Amino acid sequence: MFLSARTRFVLRLLMIVGLAFLYVPLGIVVLNAFNKSRTFAFPPTGYTLRWWRAAADNSGAIDGLQNSVKAGLGATAIALVLGTMAAFAVQRYRFFGRSTVSFLVILPIALPGIVTGIALQNAFHSVLAVDLSLWTIIIGHATFCVVIVFNNVQARLRRTGSSLEEASADLGATGWQTFRMVTFPGLRGALVAGGLLAFGLSFDEIVVTNFTAPADVQTLPIWIFGNLFRPNQAPIVNVVAAVLIVLAIVPVWIAQRITDDAATSRF
Amino acid sequence: MTVPAPAGLEPSRRGAISAFFAPKRRTRLTLLLGPPMVWLVVVYLGAIAALLVSAFWSVDSFTENIVHQFSTANLHTVVTEPIYRTVAVRTIAVAVAVTAIDAVIAFPMAFYMSVVASPRMRRLLVVAVLTPLWASYLVKAYAWRTLFAPNGPLSWTTGGHTPGYGLTATVVTLAYMWLPYMVIPVYAGFERLPRSLFEASADLGGTPWRTVRSVVVPLVFPAIAAGSIFTFSLTLGDYIAVGIVGGKTQLIANVISDQVTLNQPLAAAVSLVPLTAIVLYLAAMRRTGALENV
Repeated sequence: MFLSARTRFVLRLLMIVGLAFLYVPLGIVVLNAFNKSRTFAFPPTGYTLRWWRAAADNSGAIDGLQNSVKAGLGATAIALVLGTMAAFAVQRYRFFGRSTVSFLVILPIALPGIVTGIALQNAFHSVLAVDLSLWTIIIGHATFCVVIVFNNVQARLRRTGSSLEEASADLGATGWQTFRMVTFPGLRGALVAGGLLAFGLSFDEIVVTNFTAPADVQTLPIWIFGNLFRPNQAPIVNVVAAVLIVLAIVPVWIAQRITDDAATSRF
Repeated sequence: MTVPAPAGLEPSRRGAISAFFAPKRRTRLTLLLGPPMVWLVVVYLGAIAALLVSAFWSVDSFTENIVHQFSTANLHTVVTEPIYRTVAVRTIAVAVAVTAIDAVIAFPMAFYMSVVASPRMRRLLVVAVLTPLWASYLVKAYAWRTLFAPNGPLSWTTGGHTPGYGLTATVVTLAYMWLPYMVIPVYAGFERLPRSLFEASADLGGTPWRTVRSVVVPLVFPAIAAGSIFTFSLTLGDYIAVGIVGGKTQLIANVISDQVTLNQPLAAAVSLVPLTAIVLYLAAMRRTGALENV
């Protein structure tokens, strides 16, 4: 090791500072969900569960939660189908324009969210003349969730190669049998992880949602955004924010236990 | 599945076998590729194209209907109105500042993760750095609103000396939100660095600091450039975090979102600014070899 003990100590310190920078703000939000003070003066003078009860009775927040779950499930279902198909095509076939496919899949998450948002809004509104609804939210979310499933499935397919499938074909299995008994079981982990992460991404998306949601369908992030600047709603916003942190982090930890590539699938 | 032809077969039979498989493989590929491509090309690229076209339309000032007649008036407005130039310059300055802050924080973190930490620790740290990426975007911006609040934690620790909501808060919040996007590519860059180079440098008499400066930094630079693509692009597209912690600060995406209900064609024209900036940035990064590092 070329680094002196002192350098390593400094690096460790900077690592800890970096992690603190990442986690302290999230910790403060969770802490504030239990803060007794209505104005959230810091440090808290006492702790209470009162706001959690109030949040559980808040119909706007509950509606938002339900809409977010519906949108997340719809977008995840579409992303699972489309992402898996694209990953199979790119990993198991050689064809002209193969790299363009990967590029196209990544584009919706690479371009600024606001451009995707106003483009879809314009398409729904002026080109197709459809009213915004839960379905337009789902279409928007599915478009940028495809890449998450695609990355997870592609990483798995690349790692396993196709030798097991060839062996299955050599032993006389039909294409469908091979898929059902060899390919699919091997992919299950990647699909679960990709699905969880796609759901997580959809669940907290706001930029595109802002432009594809009708006024009467609020997702949870839209509800928070609408109530963020109202001081009397602050206690409930804090609770919902804490819930969102936990709900977003849990799927990542589960997905990470299933497959190593999970957390990096945004790249 | 790519089934390689058995090596023992003579060329003519090999040809016959692939000829037998070819039409079926073609069909299967088309079936696999069709739905995702239709979705991405028709729904996504179609929408982007329609947006670009709409930048050349205008709004009738009397009826407020969109006039479908080709005109470059919107583009002209975006280029000549000083307000758009001011906001565009401010946005790019914020993007550069955010990128620089993230690079400075990410470098030692990635260094530690890759070179100092044990393999077990390394895996834990990767997950620890990536997890906040999945925590709600909105909540992260909200967290900084709480931190910067007049009676919030920052004010309490500094005895009231906080910048408050404004440009500084915007830069800090954006740097916070995009930090994992920088750490991970830089970490991957460190992972590709041959360890023998450290020893070679030390053998040649290089001090640790000299090794970092002359060996590590130049080799990790493309990875930093790769991370900067994310920090740059994400900053150019953000308007929500800016609205939450920025006070009256406006970035280019705020202008687009404010304009979209009033004058959609003008909003489309303004959105060409971040779009062009990102395309130019990607082209520049391509020359540094950063794109192979993403």
